[in-house]
Amino acid sequence: MSDYAAPLKDMQFVIEELIGLGEISSLPEFAEVTPDLVEQVLDEAGKFAAEVLAPLNRVGDTHPAKLENGVVTTPPGFKEAYRRFVDAGWNGLAGEAEFGGQALPHIVSLAVAEIWNSANMAFCLCPMLTSGVLEALKSKGSAEQRKRFLPKLTSGDWTGTMNLTEPQAGSDLSAVRTRAEPQPDGTYKLFGQKIFITYGEHDFTENIIHLVLARTPDAPEGTRGISLFIVPKFLLDDQGRPAQRNDVRCVSIEHKMGIHASPTCVLAYGDQGGATGYLVGKENEGLRYMFIMMNHARLGVGLEGVAMAERAYQHALWYAKQRVQGRELGAKSGDRVTIIHHPDVRRMLMSMKSQTEAMRALAYTAAGALDLASHHADPEKRGQQQALVDLLTPIVKGWCTEQAVEISSLGVQIHGGMGFIEETGAAQFYRDVRITTIYEGTTGIQAMDLVSRKVAAERGATMRAVLARLAALDGQLEKAAEPDLQAIRVPLTAALKALEESTHWVVATAASAPDWVAASAVPYLKLAGTTLGGALMAQAALIASKRLSAADADVSFYRAKLHTARFYAEHMLTQAPALAQTIMTGAQSSMALEESQF
Amino acid sequence: MKVLVGVKRVVDANIKVRVKSDGSGVDTANVKMAMNPFCEIAVEQAVRMKEAGTVTEIVAVSVGAAQCQETLRTALAMGADRAILVETDQEVQPLAVAKVIKALCDKEKPGLVIMGKQAIDDDCNQTGQMLAALLGWPQACFVSKIEVNGDTAQITREIDGGLEKLSSKMPLVMTTDLRLNEPRYVTLPNIMKAKKKPLENVKPADLGVDVAPRLATLKVAEPPQRTAGVKVDDVAALVNKLKNEARVI
Repeated sequence: MSDYAAPLKDMQFVIEELIGLGEISSLPEFAEVTPDLVEQVLDEAGKFAAEVLAPLNRVGDTHPAKLENGVVTTPPGFKEAYRRFVDAGWNGLAGEAEFGGQALPHIVSLAVAEIWNSANMAFCLCPMLTSGVLEALKSKGSAEQRKRFLPKLTSGDWTGTMNLTEPQAGSDLSAVRTRAEPQPDGTYKLFGQKIFITYGEHDFTENIIHLVLARTPDAPEGTRGISLFIVPKFLLDDQGRPAQRNDVRCVSIEHKMGIHASPTCVLAYGDQGGATGYLVGKENEGLRYMFIMMNHARLGVGLEGVAMAERAYQHALWYAKQRVQGRELGAKSGDRVTIIHHPDVRRMLMSMKSQTEAMRALAYTAAGALDLASHHADPEKRGQQQALVDLLTPIVKGWCTEQAVEISSLGVQIHGGMGFIEETGAAQFYRDVRITTIYEGTTGIQAMDLVSRKVAAERGATMRAVLARLAALDGQLEKAAEPDLQAIRVPLTAALKALEESTHWVVATAASAPDWVAASAVPYLKLAGTTLGGALMAQAALIASKRLSAADADVSFYRAKLHTARFYAEHMLTQAPALAQTIMTGAQSSMALEESQF
Repeated sequence: MKVLVGVKRVVDANIKVRVKSDGSGVDTANVKMAMNPFCEIAVEQAVRMKEAGTVTEIVAVSVGAAQCQETLRTALAMGADRAILVETDQEVQPLAVAKVIKALCDKEKPGLVIMGKQAIDDDCNQTGQMLAALLGWPQACFVSKIEVNGDTAQITREIDGGLEKLSSKMPLVMTTDLRLNEPRYVTLPNIMKAKKKPLENVKPADLGVDVAPRLATLKVAEPPQRTAGVKVDDVAALVNKLKNEARVI
């Protein structure tokens, strides 16, 4: 098994050189966030991840979470690792200072989350869900609720969960049936069953704070009748300590394809008279609140894709450098060589590396935009950045996870037959990452969000603004003498044109043939991800070529960046025009067969 | 009691080092650097002694290039109270570092100096001993346990073939061995706090120390590649080879 080492150089390159920390650290909230601080935080996170979390990854796979008599036991070592994670203060990285957090910007918290996920994705789902609850209560909880729950959730002494799904209400949350009955004391009693609740029950902490979607008795039908409730596993006493056991119980946990360490729970509410819950905000506004949190969570899941792609790449690279098989192409005698000498293995490794770097650049760009959207002094700038975050969120979620599935599949492929053997470890990344294209909204849901709510609804304004900015790249690449930059120019320009034409088609077709746009939504999402990722790689290559002229430049890193960006252009960006053709012509045939003809 | 802890910035222990093509040294350009692991143990020891109440202030010291600040920040994040960088771009050898720290001891008057027993880059294992001689203080090297009671310390040191127990007067120079402790993970709140702790920058000349190297490096080379082994026909041949070729028996 390979060791995980956080890709600190590329992370710092993306944060400090490609995106630039300057604008973020010029915000008064983030004045302390200097490059040396970011470097130290990433460095220490990398150390903790490599030494504490990564060694437990395989343990978690082979010793799934267990449920016995309503008690969930996590795999050996997980509880201790969680304690160390909390003691080291990592849970409070992004939390508000008022409640004991360090209030670091998203661009740092997402980079650190990449490190945790690469090391042990099943473990970090727990803190990830807690951060979702923090986010929701931060904006929508009452002052009293915030005071009661946020300090312990920020430190990680308690964890949080999101309870949306029910057996009949998956992607369609309008079908939620869980009931919430108002009580004379202002609380509610909840009755119903929730499924797929990540870390819904576990042995890490003394209390678990569930956020639950439910309906009040006279709520309207559909999505407009759903409210959001806080339901603690243990109700708090006057001092805010966990006291009385609430009527919520884990009745089963799922047997899953991957992320075995993470207990995915069926939670029963109200089997013994009703689970006490507290309304968040106003009645019937629950789904809207949940979406505030969900957009952050979607970026987080997109980042899981980046993280797993990185881990699968590191593992495949390690294997390719040590597995000896065959001779150099054309050599009849002489020593046998490691498989990294073989051109097709090289191609696969480059495909993994270049896409992972492009995905990281895109995900971090969205995180940086989120920081500016939340804190910039100029409201117009905030608005622009928020529109950019809104546009990029489904792309980061959908594209990064879909590519991560392919990348981790390539990781298995590089191992040959050994990749199919569990002990090699490559298979676990492939199985673990498979959920990321599904939860927090499937790729299909992301793509529909992109084409309808993000592109068509604003007649392509933000996408066109992004494309207008990227048009300058052509001139910069044209002027460059570097052959790698020249090679990037033609495929990039063609890809940007493909995205522009497809955007035009989506806007023009959305009203007249919405089912065509829906049928082309996923290819459009893929085109957007491929092209924007490629544009960021081109920018990275331009920066790298400038940096190379410095006396003490890291020649090896910047040269590799140039070659990697070129590979991406020649292998990935070239697919963009074909995707555009599929988008604009392929919808009709998707819908052509009668149901009976299938 | 005030403690002075020496920390050295070295190539990260997980990195495979490369020799420069001209044989003048190890290539450190754009290579990940970190605190010398024995120095981490030294800082950890100081922090534990502060937590136990025997130490009141921890001063971390490093001698070298401006980037040593990063290493000192790590020491501050681990729990040191303040830091001093003695900045020089020159190659610094053990005697020069010992003289610099001697000068700082004259100024700071610590009751104890803790250093790593050696650095993983040059493996010299000299600075602590030289410093003790310059200060005229007792020295305890390769320490795996220390207890300070007033002006004496009870020490266990790791020696060939076992453990040696010593009693020493304070002030003292001690160097750390692996089993002294297991350094903690730096916590995020402490990283943030470390940014606000004082980090003083002085030059060797300010301390009146000449750090010019006294030794010249002639050549640095990678160890020779291991060659393939041979099969021997019988035990007699093996014994013969061990005796006459390898000369190990």
